[in-house]
Amino acid sequence: MKTNNVILETATKVILFIILLFSVYMFFAGHYEPGGGFIGGLMASGAIVLLLIAYDLKTVRKILPFDFKKVTALGLLFAAGTAAGGLFFDKPLLTHWFTYVYPPILGKMSLHTAVIFDTGVFLVVVGVTMTIIQTIGESE
Amino acid sequence: MSLLHLAIIAPFILAIFVPSLHKALPKIHTGWFLLPLPIVLFSYFLSFLPQIIRGETTMETLNWIPSLGINFSARVDGLGLLFSLLITGIGALVVLYSIYYLSKEKEKLNQFYVYLLLFMGAMLGVVLSDNMVVLYGFWELTSFSSFLLIGYWNHRERSRYGAQKSMLITVFGGLSMLGGMILLYLMTGTFSISETIAMAATIYGHELFIPALICILLGAFTKSAQFPFHIWLPDAMEAPTPVSAYLHSATMVKAGIYLVARLTPVFALSGLWVWLVAGFGILTLFWGSFSAVKHNDLKGILAYSTISQLGLIMSLLGLGAAAIHYPAVEAGFYTVAVSAAVFHLINHATFKGSLFMMVGIVDHETGTRDIRKLGGLMSIMPITFTIAVIGSFSMAGLPPFNGFLSKEMFFTGMIRAQEIGFFNMETLGLIFPIVAWVASVFTFLYSMIIVFKTFTGKYQPEKLEVKPHEAPLGMLISPIILVSLVVVIGLFPNIVAPLINSVMASILPSLVAEGMKFDVHIYHWHGFTPELFMTIGVIVVGILLYKFMPRWTGIYNRMPEKFSLNSAYDNGLAGIQKGANRFTNAYMTNSIRTYLLYIFTFLILSLGTTLIVKNAFVLDTANVANIHAFELVLVIIIAIGSVSILFVKSRMTSIILLGSVGYAVSLFYAIFRAPDLALTQLVIETVSVALFLLAFYHLPKVNKNEEHMRFKMGNAVISIGVGVVVSLIALSAHSSKAFDSISQYYIENTYKKAGGENMVNVILVDFRGFDTLFEIAVLAIAALGIFSLIKLRLTRGKEQG
Repeated sequence: MKTNNVILETATKVILFIILLFSVYMFFAGHYEPGGGFIGGLMASGAIVLLLIAYDLKTVRKILPFDFKKVTALGLLFAAGTAAGGLFFDKPLLTHWFTYVYPPILGKMSLHTAVIFDTGVFLVVVGVTMTIIQTIGESE
Repeated sequence: MSLLHLAIIAPFILAIFVPSLHKALPKIHTGWFLLPLPIVLFSYFLSFLPQIIRGETTMETLNWIPSLGINFSARVDGLGLLFSLLITGIGALVVLYSIYYLSKEKEKLNQFYVYLLLFMGAMLGVVLSDNMVVLYGFWELTSFSSFLLIGYWNHRERSRYGAQKSMLITVFGGLSMLGGMILLYLMTGTFSISETIAMAATIYGHELFIPALICILLGAFTKSAQFPFHIWLPDAMEAPTPVSAYLHSATMVKAGIYLVARLTPVFALSGLWVWLVAGFGILTLFWGSFSAVKHNDLKGILAYSTISQLGLIMSLLGLGAAAIHYPAVEAGFYTVAVSAAVFHLINHATFKGSLFMMVGIVDHETGTRDIRKLGGLMSIMPITFTIAVIGSFSMAGLPPFNGFLSKEMFFTGMIRAQEIGFFNMETLGLIFPIVAWVASVFTFLYSMIIVFKTFTGKYQPEKLEVKPHEAPLGMLISPIILVSLVVVIGLFPNIVAPLINSVMASILPSLVAEGMKFDVHIYHWHGFTPELFMTIGVIVVGILLYKFMPRWTGIYNRMPEKFSLNSAYDNGLAGIQKGANRFTNAYMTNSIRTYLLYIFTFLILSLGTTLIVKNAFVLDTANVANIHAFELVLVIIIAIGSVSILFVKSRMTSIILLGSVGYAVSLFYAIFRAPDLALTQLVIETVSVALFLLAFYHLPKVNKNEEHMRFKMGNAVISIGVGVVVSLIALSAHSSKAFDSISQYYIENTYKKAGGENMVNVILVDFRGFDTLFEIAVLAIAALGIFSLIKLRLTRGKEQG
């Protein structure tokens, strides 16, 4: 049932990277502008879904040979690890830490442990959506 | 984190590395990697000994949830130290023994040692935690690891049965113990055990005191296999023998005794405590020793013997609690029961541990544990025979072994019970020494059975699967160390006296004034006292009963199997499963429509009723913004979209309509300046439309004819009901301001405390990070659920096709 969908395929090749980049931007912007791990993750999975529609499951599997269940697990590990991290410094669970650094050229930057936590959220969201879509899509 | 916390956590940390060590170095028995840990921990805990004997305790606190009073506080006092030494000391011996017992080729050693380490860490946590919630957590973890270890040979039906039984019974007790701890918390306002003990006098007489006492005792009795909860322990013997020696005789089953000892200062003021602990203890003592005699399986005998010995210690603790009612001067008269309990605890760990290991050796070298097949092994396995003799004679209470000393002290404690001047002990107290004596006769009897039926009599090689020979040296080291302790403690009992003193100080803290200490001395010879005559009587009657065994063992057959506790458990379990099945089948129709009906009906009923009962509906239009034209347009789009879904024939159209409704909603978010929400909604709509398209293949064609008018009307009523209730709630939520909005707090603190500017995201990852953590966990579980449901169906389809 594979149809030849040249326009969509060509467009996808370009748009995919724009969406992915945008999702990464969204993810990092989270603390200061609209965005964050949840939106970023959803957007990244949206990009992959686009890929799925343009090509098919097998191709996507070839392009992204991850086991998305493991991506989910990794994400949970990130989040839970950050949450537990505070314990090692005699702080309650989920205590975040941040500081500001002033590298040359870039100017003021902030460093947050919340980003690691959010990375976990990002990975879980991508992992979960993709696991669901792949499992349902494969069960023909 | 202090060294003490590290010591408790160390087994868990090692457990993480065990599987990879097992994989990387398959040539070396995994047990060797474990062995150093308990030895190091044992020496670490030994280093506490001098200060404990001086009467000092150590307390280290690690904050966990300070706002709820739940902190990981570890406290080393006499009682905790004794148990820690038992756990690590016996642990080291058991690991050494298991290296020779479990073959590295045939067994899944990685799993075994992970479970064992889990247990070791959990048990250390139980005996060293000063916080009840933490103690409870570790307590359940010991149940879980015990479950895993009993079911280690999970291809055997009996193993699985035993594992489940132990889990159900001990977790039931654990939960009720948690209830008891919460009741204690309600009375005292603290989860700390030491603070609770300090408040003991004030909570006595509180109306929750008795319920708390019973709940806690349920936990202790189930864990320590007290009658009638003892039935799980014999079935737990399906575990590999090192596990039986470690968990089910030396350490885990003593957790209940630990709990009783630990909380004696809290509850001992109550006569109910004394009666329940001593009563169930003595009943268990009798029933265990009586039942042990009828068994033919060596491990079965040892299981019942463990039950009975646990009962013995329990009864002593119960009677010893009476000492708290007396001023310190004459306390020595009753505290002998407590010192006997502590002394016997140590002794039991040594002789029973060695006996279990001995049985393991016999099983390993002959292929059977059935005493009807065994016999005459004395000359073939002389070292094992020696171990058996020392262990059993100590258990039987014969001099010069340590069991004799604690048995004498036990008799003393029981005889003095009737002199306690309250709780009806004057009249009923006589029961204790009598039952104790009878139980001791049976104890003597089964101890003799273990030794003589196995090692003397006729050698029957034709009934054995393998040709027996003496065990390898490595397997013998651990039991030899234990029986040497039996002899050494038997000859020089006062080397453990300082430890006993400090343990008693933790059990009966109110009896020691500042700077004072208990002063226990253990003597071999008391003169011609009633205790001595009781021992002589035990030996004489025991020998007579042994000689004439075939003539009287018929009484065991008189007890019908139908009325036994075991069949009560089995029938109860089957009944529960049947009932649950019937209940579930009554409402599970396998149609998602029905389930949605349940959910929404419940929603309408619960929320609607609350709204009416609480008179919560308020409509306040004072603070309402103007409605703009484009908002009106959006509302119309949403309304048209949702209503037309009902009337479209194709799925494709309904999905597109649903998507359009979602996009319109996200526009609303954008208008009301919630960009994060708008973005999320947009992306979610996109992804879910894609998901719907994927699911298309699997759905049957839309068929509207099958639905009756009545069915449709019912659905309409429910959906309108949901709409009305939700709208009413939304309106009331806007109109009633019961408390100040929390948003001001976020506005003030988002930058100051979390260093962020996007409030929504800062709430997600920081202020309410706990929610997010669990939300993503739920997401992950849902994904796994979908994965397994679909994959399961696929493979099942393949099997059938």
